[in-house]
Amino acid sequence: MTHLFFILTVTLYGCAAALYLACLLRTLPLLTLWAGRILAFGCTAHLLSTIHLAVNMKYLPLTNMQESLSFFSLAIVTAFIVFERKYKVTTLGSFIVPVALMMLIASSSLHVEARQLPPILQSNWFWFHALMAFISYACFTIAAGVAVMYLIQRYFLKTKHLGALFQKLPSLETMDEISYRCLTVGWPLLTVAIISGSIWSEKAMGNYWIWDRKQTWSLIIWLIYAALLHGRITIGWRGKRAAILSIIGFIVVLFTFLGMKHSIIW
Amino acid sequence: MNIIVVGLSYKTATVEIREKVAFSPNQIEKPLNELIRLEGIIEGVIVSTCNRVEIYATTRDIAGGIARIKRFMAEYHHLPFESLESHLYSYHAESAIRHVFRVASSLDSMIVGEPQILGQIKTSYGYAAEFKSSGIILNRFLHKAFSVAKRVRTETKIASSAVSVAFAAVELAKKILGDLSDKNVMLIGAGEMCELAAKHFLNSGAKGVLVANRTFERAERLAEDFGGEAVRFESFLEHLHRADIILSSTGAPHCIIGPRDAEEAVKRRRFKPIFFIDIAVPRDIDPMVADVENAYLYTVDDLQEIVQANLALRSLEAEKAEEIIDQEIGQFHKWLSTLEVTPTIVALRNRFDEIRRAELDKTIAGWKDFPPDAEKRLEALTLAMMNKLLHAPTSVLKQSGQGGRVDLYVDALRQLFELEALQRNDEELELEE
Repeated sequence: MTHLFFILTVTLYGCAAALYLACLLRTLPLLTLWAGRILAFGCTAHLLSTIHLAVNMKYLPLTNMQESLSFFSLAIVTAFIVFERKYKVTTLGSFIVPVALMMLIASSSLHVEARQLPPILQSNWFWFHALMAFISYACFTIAAGVAVMYLIQRYFLKTKHLGALFQKLPSLETMDEISYRCLTVGWPLLTVAIISGSIWSEKAMGNYWIWDRKQTWSLIIWLIYAALLHGRITIGWRGKRAAILSIIGFIVVLFTFLGMKHSIIW
Repeated sequence: MNIIVVGLSYKTATVEIREKVAFSPNQIEKPLNELIRLEGIIEGVIVSTCNRVEIYATTRDIAGGIARIKRFMAEYHHLPFESLESHLYSYHAESAIRHVFRVASSLDSMIVGEPQILGQIKTSYGYAAEFKSSGIILNRFLHKAFSVAKRVRTETKIASSAVSVAFAAVELAKKILGDLSDKNVMLIGAGEMCELAAKHFLNSGAKGVLVANRTFERAERLAEDFGGEAVRFESFLEHLHRADIILSSTGAPHCIIGPRDAEEAVKRRRFKPIFFIDIAVPRDIDPMVADVENAYLYTVDDLQEIVQANLALRSLEAEKAEEIIDQEIGQFHKWLSTLEVTPTIVALRNRFDEIRRAELDKTIAGWKDFPPDAEKRLEALTLAMMNKLLHAPTSVLKQSGQGGRVDLYVDALRQLFELEALQRNDEELELEE
């Protein structure tokens, strides 16, 4: 059953990604409409599959790389749908949906042995921590996608190459605004995630901060986005500098997420 | 039933001729009434803009209808028919449908893709609907033309790009600054193009205008015109950071804004971007400004280039639009040709039934020893005969919609059996729709 939902989700995301990419080439209102609809269906199937898994296993599927990648992908798609509704930026989908699709495919290629849930993870603090972390990561993913688009659009404007893609991409101001909004949502959530994570750490291991690699890198991420947000609010950092910094931030997020295993659970 | 188009446009007639045959919208009721009273003309719509004067009508008699409308255009405006005729074009059937779809989609416009024409046709149709000169066919036809135009506009980029320098500047500004409603424009120097661009920015929602000019009085006057604020030329650099869009066209022999000034201004506005537009020759703004982060510099040549590219794009998009129109013509033509089938069948049946009843009554009235069940039997007999006779033609007519011979059959039946012509406001037809 979970498997069926999963296949359905991958198929729908695949179709949506193809349609969003087609949106870059052709201007058809129907294309945009269906890209959005199919993605929404895909997201629903993904959510149902996640819920189904959670009910079956009696815990949130966030405990290994396979589950986490799938959940990351779900969070990204959900965040994208929210931002697309708000800012009407279809082109963002052409950059974001393929990323979510790849994560989901990567997740399915990982084979994980069925195992007993380690007692250390059986804590509400852990679930809360993981949930917050993924939502903030999803926001940073959107910010990075927008940043890439910003740099492309800036390049077009500076070099005066005003082609079809230039017409499709949103205005610099809109992208700047989305990026800022992502930070103002993502960074506080990351803060909450880190705090709840250390509370969990204390409950599970008797220590708030154990300086393992995951924690250290999470702190680095937090500092990068804190610097970005601070620069934005006090000096007015925006544009190219902010875009590059949020792409760097995202690379570190990915690196931490994929490369840094929690010394205690994985 | 046929749709015909008679008219002239900038392609066939000079403005002197066009203005002579123009119909004033204030007095459109009179010509509309005269139009539909012409022999053989059933419905009519008059479209009169500065670039074209066209009459759309429906008729059974194509050649006669076109001739009468041509004559009507000359006579209504008291012009010699011979001098006008050479400027008039006419279309019928499919080519008429194509013509109107193309006009509404702005493919036939002087500047392909300009959006006004659709509104003008809508207004013209509005008058025709108000004064009841258009009926079921033209109603449907023009609504179809509007939806085709909408399809063309949304599915092609025909109208999406600016084809004037001022509009190109506005479009670019929107790509950099997003919504213009909280953005300020600064005008440095004066000049027709500069003022025109400023007007375009204000029309597109820009919030305010700052004007700097060597003659402060002139700056004040312009500022008053735009509802903006005048700034002393000597200190305009102090105000640079207040503007999101800077339009410069002074007669200065050297650059008046350097990269340092731009950098300073951007910094003072906390790195919010500034869009510099240099309209002056020689240039007012140092080309190095383009390298300043969050400053975007375009010269009048750059804008000119965009306009040229957009014009090329439009003609490319026009081909896509023609394809869309091709598809839609097929659909509409089919509807038009099947439109008259049902009323014709009904009229034919009524005709036969009329004759049958008349003959039946005559027979019974002159019959002396009338057997009790004879009337019933005769009734059944004649009814069966009529149904059998009508069965084949009816089914052929119903099926002919796909084959395209339906016009021919409908016409033949109506003439052979002297059926009544389709009325403008045929209620039966409204129901069928």
